[in-house]
Amino acid sequence: MKRIFARIFTTNHRTLGIFYLYLALAAVAVGTMLSLLMRFHRVWPDAVIPFFGIMKPEDYLALVTMHGTLMIFFVLTTAPQSGFANLVLPEQIGARGMAFPRINAAAFWLTVVAFLVLISAAHISSGGAPISGWTNYPPLSALPGAGPGQGLGMDLWLVSIGIFCIAAWLSAVNMLATILGERRAGMTWTRLPMTVWAWLVASILTLLAFAVLLAAVVLLFSDRHFGSSFFIPMGDMIDGRVVGHGDGSPLLWLHLFWFFGHPEVYIAVLPGMGLATSLFANFTRRRVAGYRMMAGMLVAIGLLGLAVWGHHMFVSGMNPYAGTAFAMITMAIAVPSTVEVIGWLATLWGGGLRLQAPMLFALGFLSFFIVGGLTGPLLAEPALDAYLHNTFFVVAHFHLIMAMAGVFSVFAGIYYWFPLMTGRLMNETLGKLHFWVSLITAYGTFLPMHFAGLAGEPRHYDRLAGPVTSFPSLIPVERAITYSALLLAAAQFIFLWNVFASARRGRIAEANPWQATTLEWADAEGPMRIERGPYEYELPSSGKGFHPQWESATKEE
Amino acid sequence: MPAAYSLLEAARVAWMPADGALHGPIVDRLMFWNLVALCVPAVVAHVWLVFAMLRRRPAAGVFPAAIRWGLLAAFCVMYTWMALTAQRLWAENRFAGPSLSAMQVEVVGEQFQWYFRYPGPDAVFGTIRPQLVNAAAGNPLGIDPRDAHGDDDIVSSTLVLPAGREVDLQLRSLDVIHGFFIPGMRLKQNTVPGLVLHIHFTPVVVGTYPILCSQVCGLGHARMQARLLVVSPADFQAWLANRERARAGEQGQ
Repeated sequence: MKRIFARIFTTNHRTLGIFYLYLALAAVAVGTMLSLLMRFHRVWPDAVIPFFGIMKPEDYLALVTMHGTLMIFFVLTTAPQSGFANLVLPEQIGARGMAFPRINAAAFWLTVVAFLVLISAAHISSGGAPISGWTNYPPLSALPGAGPGQGLGMDLWLVSIGIFCIAAWLSAVNMLATILGERRAGMTWTRLPMTVWAWLVASILTLLAFAVLLAAVVLLFSDRHFGSSFFIPMGDMIDGRVVGHGDGSPLLWLHLFWFFGHPEVYIAVLPGMGLATSLFANFTRRRVAGYRMMAGMLVAIGLLGLAVWGHHMFVSGMNPYAGTAFAMITMAIAVPSTVEVIGWLATLWGGGLRLQAPMLFALGFLSFFIVGGLTGPLLAEPALDAYLHNTFFVVAHFHLIMAMAGVFSVFAGIYYWFPLMTGRLMNETLGKLHFWVSLITAYGTFLPMHFAGLAGEPRHYDRLAGPVTSFPSLIPVERAITYSALLLAAAQFIFLWNVFASARRGRIAEANPWQATTLEWADAEGPMRIERGPYEYELPSSGKGFHPQWESATKEE
Repeated sequence: MPAAYSLLEAARVAWMPADGALHGPIVDRLMFWNLVALCVPAVVAHVWLVFAMLRRRPAAGVFPAAIRWGLLAAFCVMYTWMALTAQRLWAENRFAGPSLSAMQVEVVGEQFQWYFRYPGPDAVFGTIRPQLVNAAAGNPLGIDPRDAHGDDDIVSSTLVLPAGREVDLQLRSLDVIHGFFIPGMRLKQNTVPGLVLHIHFTPVVVGTYPILCSQVCGLGHARMQARLLVVSPADFQAWLANRERARAGEQGQ
């Protein structure tokens, strides 16, 4: 019994990394199911869904809310950051372990508690899950009378996210302390793998952003239960009763929430950028073109990312001059992102790519990063955003840049680091099949949404036909999206099969199967002092071979 | 012929609904050129990627830094162009206020209904008190009967506007945040409880345009829609006179 207990409540960082990936898998499975229900309902609004019945409008909104919350918090925040960093971060910097292993383990278990509380919001509250979307703007989220799910369901959402904030914070403190204090001698800033740079920046963003979200969540909870009025204005009416007695401001929540919400996007996608950089170097056998520049730009993205939250608020009632300021900073953040993309394309230009599954998924990440990223500058223009805001165009944009790019980077990481988790390699053929089907169906799902958005279709509508609008021309588009989404989800069974079959019967991985240079692939402790950069690859044709970081520099001659 | 028709249909699906506002053509032109400017690098990057994937024999040497900087400079020029052109339109629409002769209409959102209030012949909106809101008694906005300015206020569930005249909308919400969205007028602004927000625009093309709620506001969000009728100035005067007579009749009882 005690041994089982010790195995579960382990402080071993690699085991915790795998735990995080399992948690993300559970969350992504539920989140995907919810999105398929939504897609199904949009195309066949009157169909009776098994185990669900006829979907009511509030059910649809509850699905939207839970889908967003699960995917953003429990998948895109946990897997690329906490999951992968726990898996390999200490090894990559030559540390003996994490700086605070117990805090690290506590962070994981708090995340599990947050997940369970969130799931329970849909079940134990009579109104079901909250319906105000993952952004939960007050007063809709502040007043239980504002709709079904806004009572106990909303409370549980707030408790869950409050716990998640603390967990993310603890995890980031540990990560930051590990990167700053536990690097092996000689592991200088310019010898850090790009993933470590990304986790460093993402950890700092986590500390700043989740602290503010926690404050916002506490304030909203206080408005709901302790009679305060941070977000409820004077004279606010719900259900025919005047409930607003203080002089609060709903816009205050928007500022606090998006101060968290925008850096959150970078927390989700920065680790993928770092991983893609590493994989492009590895699978092209080339050094990273402009390493210092690429690392510097990750930091620049993080810094600028803290100052662009207002671009979510161009039409919120914020001062239009503030909108201009936020638009300019947002346009500025396109520059470091462009530097990254040009750096990657320059690395890939020479060809000779080893097109194995991890590389394919990294290339898929890049493709989504480009396509989803390029609509960013367009949405950063308030005059155009004033048309596109909260339409499906925005849904398309963030599902490509954050969801698909993020998820493909997670796939790349799993295919790549699988030997470290299991000692085996994943099946290449299945991996390639998984990649191509997922890539095509992901584009099939999210590209057409741009057109729905241009046609003016708002988000959060449970059906196309309203009292005044009908969008008849969008019906075939919506059908195509739904079919594509179903295929995209089905393709993930290839992945699941591959993971569980390969874990048991996959080809045994030799030492350093990808001929990588970073320290997580060293089969021994390595030298006391690191003397090499992270990407000392040479083209095979040059006959020089590559130099892992665990080699000492003097051995070369 | 059917092929040409389906092509047209596809183009209509892929584009914004017909525009009826004075500033609409500028929005549409900007949107079009922005999308073109973004699609080109997206396509070029993918040709680049496919080329790199097909290039089996690796080329030695590093990609020239000069080309990298050149590309970056080109993108910076593009981003600057995007920011500046769009800012001019934003400044025209939002920095500058409406002309003094603009017509005043109040937009009020509540779960799940839009109301539109016209100030009547005295051109002043009557005071509103949330405590007096009573839709069943014919006072959905809580107009205070003690304020004489409110006596001639007209409340409509359809927004009727004369073509060619600038309108200054003042937006409010009674309960939660709503999104006031007229796709055909290229116009969107949230209505926030506790705030009175203004937007102005000039409808020019006579017709009917859907008004949607674009900010999730509760279970009826998707049903919170209304119509904008843009009519000729003569028709508008007739409609207004009709409503004013009816309102005067109500007051007289």
